[in-house]
Amino acid sequence: MLSLKSLTKTYRTGDKALVSVDLDIPNGQVVALIGPSGAGKSTLIRCINRLVEPTSGHALLDDVDITSLNSSALRRERRRMGMIFQEYALVERLTVMENVLSGRLGYVGFWRSFLRKYPQADVDEAFRLLDRVGLLSMADKRADELSGGQRQRVGICRALIQNPSLLLVDEPTASLDPKTSRQIMRLICELCQERGLAAIINIHDVALAQMFVQRVIGLQAGAIRFDGPPTALTPDVLTEIYGEEDWQATIRKDEEDETEAAVA
Amino acid sequence: MTPALDTKLGQPWRKPPFIKRLWLRWSLGVSAVLYLIAAVASIDVNWARVYEGLDRGAAFIMSFTRPDFVSRAGDIWDGMLESLIMTVAASVVGIVISIPIGLGAARNIAPLPVYLICRSIVALSRALQEIIVAILLVAIFGFGPLAGFLTLSFATIGFLSKLLAEDIEAMDKVQAEAIRSTGANWMQWINYGVQPQVMPRLIGLSMYRVDINFRESAILGLVGAGGIGATLNTAFDRYEFDTAAAILMIIIVIVMALEYLSGVIRARVQ
Repeated sequence: MLSLKSLTKTYRTGDKALVSVDLDIPNGQVVALIGPSGAGKSTLIRCINRLVEPTSGHALLDDVDITSLNSSALRRERRRMGMIFQEYALVERLTVMENVLSGRLGYVGFWRSFLRKYPQADVDEAFRLLDRVGLLSMADKRADELSGGQRQRVGICRALIQNPSLLLVDEPTASLDPKTSRQIMRLICELCQERGLAAIINIHDVALAQMFVQRVIGLQAGAIRFDGPPTALTPDVLTEIYGEEDWQATIRKDEEDETEAAVA
Repeated sequence: MTPALDTKLGQPWRKPPFIKRLWLRWSLGVSAVLYLIAAVASIDVNWARVYEGLDRGAAFIMSFTRPDFVSRAGDIWDGMLESLIMTVAASVVGIVISIPIGLGAARNIAPLPVYLICRSIVALSRALQEIIVAILLVAIFGFGPLAGFLTLSFATIGFLSKLLAEDIEAMDKVQAEAIRSTGANWMQWINYGVQPQVMPRLIGLSMYRVDINFRESAILGLVGAGGIGATLNTAFDRYEFDTAAAILMIIIVIVMALEYLSGVIRARVQ
């Protein structure tokens, strides 16, 4: 459903963030994108919804070439790509409900959104999603009153209410504690499964990625160095992506998985 | 222990000087001192004149102990009312115009041509001091509060647009980016991604500007642009220092009241 064809991004400073990336993601597949800081992970997912303009190459979402769209067509396609951010990126002075409903901005006109008069179906869906992530009672709180994990759940609702077919997830757990990180990752992956969504998840935590996804892509210096199942991530592969280190402690072992399952 | 460390140990450490070249540092310092001496020496004070003037100054200050609110009460009331109307009208009009100009003057949301036009308007408004604008507008529209109202509106635009634009430029980019990623159009993006971030500051600055406008309206009367300043000017011209004192006291009280009010409002909107 998503297909990147020699996608390249060179920043004005001359930094090559992406060097001819080719990638195909089928319907409903959850992919983890790993790699060191500065490898181009954020740039890659931002080039897909063109928050960053790619320098060359193409990104096709169900055969629509996103890279060639004009601005109004781009807004229509952005509705199909929900994005979840590292620091939650909720608009802090808006209420939780406004933040969730802002996911519908691509569907409603300006005056409706300005007056906060959303169609009843959107309001109902917002309540359903908040209930699904356990924050129904927080609907009228301001976003900056929530904890990190709660904010990220609101961010997930905002992405899902767009009714997307693809989720772009940028470091969803980078500012969360280990337990909340797992809960958020589990929630994202469950929701993708429930709704048959494909997702690209940028993530630093290799073990966490291995726990939840079906496919891992390793990015280094803007190019794909690894593409395979999580079980194929060996110390050699990690060395190729990140550089020399002792990787034994980082790679998930099976017994750890079982204790995790017991805790959950 | 490395040889590099060896040479450092036991040596005192000092912050590197701001100006590195020794001769430049010293010549700048010496010329600053020379300039100061020359400047002080060139001040021409006629001490005899100062001595005579002290009496007048004292009379002015003493009149504050017996301000006369009564004998010109009608004039004071009319002047105050005119000033307040000028202030409120100019603030409202100025703020309404500054918002679009402020949006246009923020580099991170406006395209370059719009940015340049809006920045020029801001620069023009800030370059012309209120008194100069007032003199020009009095020449065009004649004496009275219309000239004052237009002057204050014009000055408000420069002040508020610039500070609003700077606040927009300093906003959190990711919050705005998140709204853009939902497929929002430009207006929705401003309304959801930008406005909530800058609203408290916009309200605070607007309140601050209301109180500046009131103070300015007292000055503008001196050049014929209406308001309480005209009444104050007349009082000075007639050497009615007690009436002038009364007017100044009312101005001080109103400015303090506005200050308090804006403090309360700013605390509420945070």
